[in-house]
Amino acid sequence: MSFLDLKNVTKIYPNGTKAVHETSLSVDEGEFMVFVGPSGCGKSTLLRMVAGLEDITEGDINLDGKLINEVDPSERDVAMVFQNYALYPHMNVYNNLAYGLKNRGIDKETIEQKVNDAAKLLQISDYLQRKPSMLSGGQRQRVAMGRAIVRNPKIFLFDEPLSNLDAKLRIQMRLEIKKLQQKVGVTSIFVTHDQVEAMTLADRLAVINNGIIEQLGTPIEIYDNPKSLFVAGFIGSPQMNFLDGNIKNKTLSAESFEIKDIDSDFEGEVKLGIRPEHLSQSENSLINLKVDLVEQLGSDNLVYGQLKDKKDFCYRCPGNLTIEKGADLSLNIENNKYYIFDKSTGKRVN
Amino acid sequence: MTRFITSSFSHLILLIGILIMVVPVWMIFASSTHTSSMINMNGLQMFLGDSFYENYLRVLLYQGGFFKEITALKMFFNSFIMATGVAILSVVTSLMAAYALVYYRIKYATLLFWIIFITILVPLELRIFPTYSVMAELNLVNSYFGLIVPISASAIATLFFRQFYKTVPDELLESAKLDGANTWRFFVDFLIPLSKTMIVAMLIFMFVFGYNQYLWPLLVTTSEQYWTVVMGLKMMSGSIVHRFAFVMMSMVPPILIIIVLQKYFIKGVFQDK
Repeated sequence: MSFLDLKNVTKIYPNGTKAVHETSLSVDEGEFMVFVGPSGCGKSTLLRMVAGLEDITEGDINLDGKLINEVDPSERDVAMVFQNYALYPHMNVYNNLAYGLKNRGIDKETIEQKVNDAAKLLQISDYLQRKPSMLSGGQRQRVAMGRAIVRNPKIFLFDEPLSNLDAKLRIQMRLEIKKLQQKVGVTSIFVTHDQVEAMTLADRLAVINNGIIEQLGTPIEIYDNPKSLFVAGFIGSPQMNFLDGNIKNKTLSAESFEIKDIDSDFEGEVKLGIRPEHLSQSENSLINLKVDLVEQLGSDNLVYGQLKDKKDFCYRCPGNLTIEKGADLSLNIENNKYYIFDKSTGKRVN
Repeated sequence: MTRFITSSFSHLILLIGILIMVVPVWMIFASSTHTSSMINMNGLQMFLGDSFYENYLRVLLYQGGFFKEITALKMFFNSFIMATGVAILSVVTSLMAAYALVYYRIKYATLLFWIIFITILVPLELRIFPTYSVMAELNLVNSYFGLIVPISASAIATLFFRQFYKTVPDELLESAKLDGANTWRFFVDFLIPLSKTMIVAMLIFMFVFGYNQYLWPLLVTTSEQYWTVVMGLKMMSGSIVHRFAFVMMSMVPPILIIIVLQKYFIKGVFQDK
């Protein structure tokens, strides 16, 4: 049994909405697990069930070898960082950090030492006497993390903690969270709808959709080998291109081109997925793209255009290539990196 | 120039308003410092006389009432006990009622709240008979407890606290739970400090409400020992200057409580923002 074990966990709200369907998942000690999915997919509900803030309708949650279904949140020894930080507005930073320790009946000197250690680690020692309202967004974020760290809990839970920060600060805090987690080594679950955050933070990633874990694996596994249409579309930026197609006798025909000898016995309607970064310009091309718009990011260019049948398509090329609007590009798929999904079930078939 | 005229004009109106309110009070105060023969002969006075100490001390210590059992000092003491009791008890009960209504999973909590709220439509005067009979059966006639308890459930204060609690974000409760706070600790460590300014405002409001009670103390006390200041205003006998002095003194406690608590009130408001 691993450190945190979810077995067939289901959540049905009193109004009948099924937020989480029989989800099973294990998280190892010290692992950084990220739940990623669109809003309303049940990822936060799952996290809140681990925290004890939502009842579990069915299934079991084990933490550190102990069944915690009925354990009160205050007894679970978990710490959570909320989206809006939920700092205690009437207490100064010191007391915000110390409150959880005081409730556990720890003596004053130990509390002081722990708070000061955590404050040092997060570089908030200078603000200990301030109230949360006098702090900036990034500082509040740190205090919220400090409040989690100081208790030395069994598990950290992050509920979209970066979504209230501006873009630059978000990237900085993302790095800091990752570094901090590696330094402290506490098992963590991080919930986000931002796939870049998910990819960069996770040891392992659970892509959740409609209350079901669609795929579980390391970020690279999921990027390289998406098992369903949803995962393929959700992970990767810019999004994967999808084309309608048909397979007959191991030959896939889509748009105006054909791919022969594909590695699948499937026959029928499919979706062909190609990532914008897995394309290159070449003479004997498969795809003809008429360029509408070029986004120059410096290191890369994102080229948006249309195929023959007016289908939108995106191609990512190195930033040193100059591509004019209105140009016609001939593109080829690099190393046969394409994905084929059953159109009716969304399952990967190659 | 036109601005100067309009602003002078509005100031003039304000000044007249202030004078209308202040002059009668001042006349009572000025008159209360003269001897009663002076007032009887010359009418109300605008300027201070020299009998201030004499008049006020006599009023405070004079044994009044039908049985000569009560002094003004004792009335002030009674009023203070009653007003403080009403203020504290009603704030405590409203805080707790609002807490239960908002945070406990009570079925029909909203309905319950509105039932509490419509008690505003049933003032004490309307329910005075049953209230008296309950107090009589509990043997609480002629006691401080009997003076305080029947008017110590405030639907308005409950409304204020309930509306405030509803604005407290749920994450705060959840975060506190994860920090090991039980329901009682959340109430004491979070809701009470967060509603500090509102508590002070309600204390002022309910103190003045309790202090101003007339009909209920009149009914529930038969012993002069429990007379309050407002009852005393009616019952006071004696010369006109002494009654004026008593009227002046009766205004002091509510004003004092507002001045003292307003400091905390304002401090609280500015600290949290």
